[in-house]
Amino acid sequence: MDLYQELILDHSKKPVNHGLREPFEGESHQVNPTCGDEVTLRVHLVGEGPEAVVEDVSYDSMGCSISVASASILAEELTGGTVAHARDTYEAMRAMLTSKGEDPGDEDVIGDGVALSGVAKYPARVKCALLSWAAFTDALYKAEGAQQ
Amino acid sequence: MAAAPFTDEELARLRADFPILSRTVRGGHPLVYLDSGATSHKPTVVLDAERHFYEHTNAAVHRGAHQLSEEGTDAYESARETIARFIGAQASEVVFTRNATEALNLVAYAFTNGAHGGGGGHGDRFALRPGDEVLVTEMEHHANLIPWQEACRRTGATLRWVPVTADGRLDLTDLDSLLTERTKVFAFTHVSNVLGTVNAVRELAERAHAVGALAVLDACQSVPHLPIDVTDLGVDLLAYSGHKMFGPLGVGVLWGRPELLDEMPVFLTGGSMIETVTMESATYAPVPQKFEAGVPVAAQAVGLAAACDYLTALGMDRVHAHEQMLTERLLRGLAERPWVTVLGPADLRERGGAVAFAVDGVHPHDVGQVLDDRGVEVRVGHHCAWPLHRTLRVPASTRASFAAYTTPGEVDALLEALDRVPAIFGTEVPA
Repeated sequence: MDLYQELILDHSKKPVNHGLREPFEGESHQVNPTCGDEVTLRVHLVGEGPEAVVEDVSYDSMGCSISVASASILAEELTGGTVAHARDTYEAMRAMLTSKGEDPGDEDVIGDGVALSGVAKYPARVKCALLSWAAFTDALYKAEGAQQ
Repeated sequence: MAAAPFTDEELARLRADFPILSRTVRGGHPLVYLDSGATSHKPTVVLDAERHFYEHTNAAVHRGAHQLSEEGTDAYESARETIARFIGAQASEVVFTRNATEALNLVAYAFTNGAHGGGGGHGDRFALRPGDEVLVTEMEHHANLIPWQEACRRTGATLRWVPVTADGRLDLTDLDSLLTERTKVFAFTHVSNVLGTVNAVRELAERAHAVGALAVLDACQSVPHLPIDVTDLGVDLLAYSGHKMFGPLGVGVLWGRPELLDEMPVFLTGGSMIETVTMESATYAPVPQKFEAGVPVAAQAVGLAAACDYLTALGMDRVHAHEQMLTERLLRGLAERPWVTVLGPADLRERGGAVAFAVDGVHPHDVGQVLDDRGVEVRVGHHCAWPLHRTLRVPASTRASFAAYTTPGEVDALLEALDRVPAIFGTEVPA
């Protein structure tokens, strides 16, 4: 099954930077009501505006291999980058996941995220892969609000 | 002599009645549909009956005096008779709704309306007030839980629930303190849609009646699978859906004792359900019309009647025997796989044909995906029973459920596809 690439299984078994940490400026809790999967995700920013650095993404994820791997990939790709980079990565991930398989994903932009390209062919699973990303954008919004 | 499961020849004939069963999925795999507990497929006779209604007698029934209206009304009301007969009831005791969820909401709203003297009801039985209690169980489908949560919130009554044991049975140890003179309604399921647990309906109904409470039964997972006679069950009100029993989408049934339906306040109001109307107020039609506001679901009712006739011709005792055989086969297969845990009673006599299970170290969504890759379609998630899953300490589960058309070979296909799961996810390798 091309959906379960080695990279996804690796991320789901050993999620990168798993666990909730302090400090953080924004936190979001998201639930997938069809299966009860949950993720809590925190964002710690240093600096302000698009060039602020995503110093830490910490999270607690309970769910299927796709949702856990997606959170892990998120943490790996976004931690240490700028907010602008995080937004670009999110947009590219979302475009790939909602493309119904048309958009294979650009490894230069989303890194290990390309391993999730197979999910796009299964509409029922797209929500699993987007859950942590929805939590990230919400937590980022709150973190930026807290800085005002 | 006990009824026998269907033979291979009978099954082949029966399956030919369901056009969808011959299609392939996911790159050419034959469809192995094990999600009939969510919704069943429809035989050609049901599709034809619905189509015949639209082609020949389509009209807004119970309105107008033209010939089509007469014939449409006649088709609708004879469907009611067939559907009533299927559960041992009289036609006047059967109310059509859009689905079982609406039927249960109808009852929950009747109790709310009764508290305010509205809805044209009479007597005190359907008045829920502060100090009153509603008793449900922890194994309820959300459809038999949330309407009661909301009814309690609206009226100030208190919601209580019967807990579930670790092996998926109702824990009746403290029933005497849960079911008291304060209890106005005891709403419970006949067969759990997750665990397959068959509850002791008669006994629970008697316990409810002993304290003066009404017994409301969710029969969604029993009417399609077991011979049901409402006069044997002892409950007061009973709800089920048409689409889980080879009927069309969009029709559900509420059965009630006639004297209770007569007392019960209405829920939805509008056209068709009135007796007289002035600008200030209205009086309501007799049962069942007073509960059927708006243009009724006539074509769907006609389709459901055809489904009842189809099931009657198969023989509900044989349908039950067939599904029990399939359940036994699946339980035996799963028991041979130590990395699978079945939720619910292990004893076949205490369960129906819904089998939910957990696979060690693998999330149900991933299990379902691997099965689906081979054309095996099961349900994954919490199956609209989130509190039950919390109690059983699993976030979600994988569920296989059957219908008369399910074959032993499909159970084997599930087990075979399941054996790929540990290998793909690097958990325990099957022996």
